[in-house]
Amino acid sequence: MCTDCGCGDVNLVPLELQTRILAHNDGTAAHNRAHFRERGIFTVNLMGSPGSGKTAVLEATARAFDGGAKLAAIAGDLATENDAMRLVRAGIRSRAIKTGQACHLDAEMVHHELHLLDLKGVEYLFIENVGNLVCPAVYDLGQDVNVVALSVTEGEDKPLKYPTMFAKADVVLLTKTDLLPHLNVDVQIIYHALARVMPNPVVIPLAARQPGGVDGWIAWLTQRRSAPEQLAS
Amino acid sequence: MHEYSIVQSLVDSVAAAVGSREASVHEVHVAIGEMSGVDCGLLTTAYDVFRAGTLCEHASLTIERIPARWHCPRCDATIARGAFLRCIECNEPAQLASGDEIVLQRIELEVA
Repeated sequence: MCTDCGCGDVNLVPLELQTRILAHNDGTAAHNRAHFRERGIFTVNLMGSPGSGKTAVLEATARAFDGGAKLAAIAGDLATENDAMRLVRAGIRSRAIKTGQACHLDAEMVHHELHLLDLKGVEYLFIENVGNLVCPAVYDLGQDVNVVALSVTEGEDKPLKYPTMFAKADVVLLTKTDLLPHLNVDVQIIYHALARVMPNPVVIPLAARQPGGVDGWIAWLTQRRSAPEQLAS
Repeated sequence: MHEYSIVQSLVDSVAAAVGSREASVHEVHVAIGEMSGVDCGLLTTAYDVFRAGTLCEHASLTIERIPARWHCPRCDATIARGAFLRCIECNEPAQLASGDEIVLQRIELEVA
């Protein structure tokens, strides 16, 4: 209170901060990232709508590697461990994070799972985020790359509707392309939409159920792991 | 709706800033970028619900919304809204110059 004249006004003191509100999450993400780098684990934050084909991409990834690389996964969903169980059946060491009502994974959730997941010898860790095109884009988990699965059935203008998610993507996996003959979808419109929200759009068409349908993705992944600098430039 | 999580982090950040000062929080100023993935309306709603029982209970929230500005990292030309995110002069991929902020700018404290 003002003590000069007895007017009763409070004394307001501004405190300049300019701090990132998610600084704590970012700190934990940095800790996760250091842990991955130390162990030589290439970590993918796989995001996309519910039903965009994230789990199917990972199953096909395991088939394509055919034991040639050690894979692990953390699968986030509001409820059920179904995705993690599918990944285990595909040969990927996996754990589920049931988020309850939370619409995204954060760095702390991932960190917690790292203590419970056997990462010995693992070369690739896939963090399958909660199916959602908004919230997961906000939280750094400590990943090397952000990957967004976008299925051809979702609508040509999806990238324009959810620009933040796609702007943060290092690569977009255009999934379910084997369905294109049955759809009235112009892939060029999707590519143009992506070029309006991604500065350097990298799009890999996939058909996870088809033989050789994820070859482009496997090539990108292995190259990116072995030479991240060249591909990032 | 991750805005509730953002408010939790915001209240924690304010508490850390206040520290051991004997003061109550009067106003909280934040900057939210258009490309941050945070919706200002939802953030306001989440703040109004979540501040009860915290040191922000009596503090108003002021949000400065920062528009997205993409620019060319070589010539600094601004990329028009809705255009391909590549400089038409230099052919460089655009960079986000501003618009991804989720920042606690300042607080105002009531001191005795």
